[in-house]
Amino acid sequence: MRLIDASRLDVSIGAVSICRKLDLHIDNGQHWCILGRNGSGKTTLLHTLAGLHKPDSGTVMLGGNSLHSLPGRALAKRIGILLQDHLDTFPATVMETALIGRHPYLGPLQWEGPEDYTLALEALQAVELEQMTDRNVATLSGGERRRLGIATLLVQDPALLLLDEPTNHLDIHHQVRMLDLLAERSHAGDKAMLLALHDLNLALRYCDHFLLLFGNGETLQGTADEVLTQSVLERLYGHPLQCLQAARGPVWLPE
Amino acid sequence: MRPFPLFAGLILLALTALFVSLMTGSIDTGWHDLASVITGNEQALGTRVILDLRWPRSAAAFVTGALLALAGGFMQVLLRNPLADPYVLGVSGGAATGALLVLLLGLGGIWLQGAAFTGALLSMLLVFGLSHGHGSWSMNRLLLTGVVIAAGWGAVIGFLLALSPEQNLRGMLFWLMGDLSYATSPVSGFVVLLAGLPAALMLGRSLNIMAHGELTAASLGVSVHALRRLVYVIASVFTATAVTIAGTIGFVGLIVPHMLRLLGVRDHRILLPASALLGGSMLLVADTLARTLLEPRQLPVGILTALVGVPAFLYLLYQARERHGREG
Repeated sequence: MRLIDASRLDVSIGAVSICRKLDLHIDNGQHWCILGRNGSGKTTLLHTLAGLHKPDSGTVMLGGNSLHSLPGRALAKRIGILLQDHLDTFPATVMETALIGRHPYLGPLQWEGPEDYTLALEALQAVELEQMTDRNVATLSGGERRRLGIATLLVQDPALLLLDEPTNHLDIHHQVRMLDLLAERSHAGDKAMLLALHDLNLALRYCDHFLLLFGNGETLQGTADEVLTQSVLERLYGHPLQCLQAARGPVWLPE
Repeated sequence: MRPFPLFAGLILLALTALFVSLMTGSIDTGWHDLASVITGNEQALGTRVILDLRWPRSAAAFVTGALLALAGGFMQVLLRNPLADPYVLGVSGGAATGALLVLLLGLGGIWLQGAAFTGALLSMLLVFGLSHGHGSWSMNRLLLTGVVIAAGWGAVIGFLLALSPEQNLRGMLFWLMGDLSYATSPVSGFVVLLAGLPAALMLGRSLNIMAHGELTAASLGVSVHALRRLVYVIASVFTATAVTIAGTIGFVGLIVPHMLRLLGVRDHRILLPASALLGGSMLLVADTLARTLLEPRQLPVGILTALVGVPAFLYLLYQARERHGREG
């Protein structure tokens, strides 16, 4: 089933063109990765698909509805995004922060009930934060805060997960743990994911489709075999690369 | 903190503050006077003192404090800045200027409310519009913009008062410092307050999410733009109403939500109604002190709120600087 259909999408930020006439179709079960240099527009494209940034032209359709015609809470049940940064100006506990993921499911005057707490606790267990439900988020380490962001997204439970550098601040163990967890949830719920990642090797390990942003409006998409060749990747990053063969498949190293 | 004991405590505090306020003053009153109020003995001197002199002023103090605390609470979420306060950011000054202009033109009633609201909303849009940086509020710019706009309104008020007849100059303190000496029974204030509390409850969960940032809120289905506009209007109405009752009283909106946050209250569905109760009680206590400390002289209550508010503001600013320093 098709989850999201972007057609003839023009997106830019300031004077920088991110993509021109981009057609992107994501079906459930697919795991997509956006690759590109710093400033190539990975974040802005994710925001555009989440409805947080208006494209210059083109349409984004969900099922039969355009993205902007869906009411906010209905949209939040279908698309969720892990933002690159978390802003914590006011004190909030870990549990309270995870609970905001339930917002799309509650009526305007409804308070969080026991089942909402159960769902939040379950998500916190999945990211190994269940021991610190009452901690103030301001006291968390960067990696713990990142895992809390992932837990909030799991509570939100959208059909399409947009993840902006989900491995930011995470140690190697937790990078793999979190991506395993997301892939497993996505598979179990027949969902789809679109990740922006800087680590090519993690991208290869978890994703089956790739969207390359060259930073000048040009894009390229397809499976690993179709697009991830040495010459394309070297052009994408502007850096020479070496490809090693490991048990899991190819591993790319910068020269 | 659990809501029930919190609200029980705050209601007890409000009743105590009200009791003390009604019982204190230059004319001695005691239990028998209160008893004669309750039994409806209209002729007794104590009854007249309490009902005609003290009750309107006490009620006005409570309502004004509640409105200012609510306005502060709303503005803080919107700006994601615990330093936001209607007085510090010049919103009260805008309301006072609007009200004063209408008074000088010889109009009153609904014009007064309307002009105060227009002035408050204008300030709000100026401060928020000018300090909205690239995607987020820059704290320094916000505070500077607000303080400069407040100073600008202060100058306009000074100018208007310089033009106005001599006898109006007594009122200068009222508009610049906040004073409850002229307050009458605040019926419109009560109406605004009672309409505002359900709004606080209905918007509470969305406000909780807004506190995590506008992008996060939008991605969870909060209509950020609509909510922001609504909060502009609500905070302006609260501030304008408070200013028409008691002039520009500072720092209540800053201190009260902060005290509640220190008590562990974070959910805006609880924080906002609790702010109303605590803000009302606080201003009631401050005003009782203002009219009794230097008896028979009466101080403008704004002096007392500034006495607590200025150190609190500096402390919060210092704390924020510490935090930003650590982050980079």
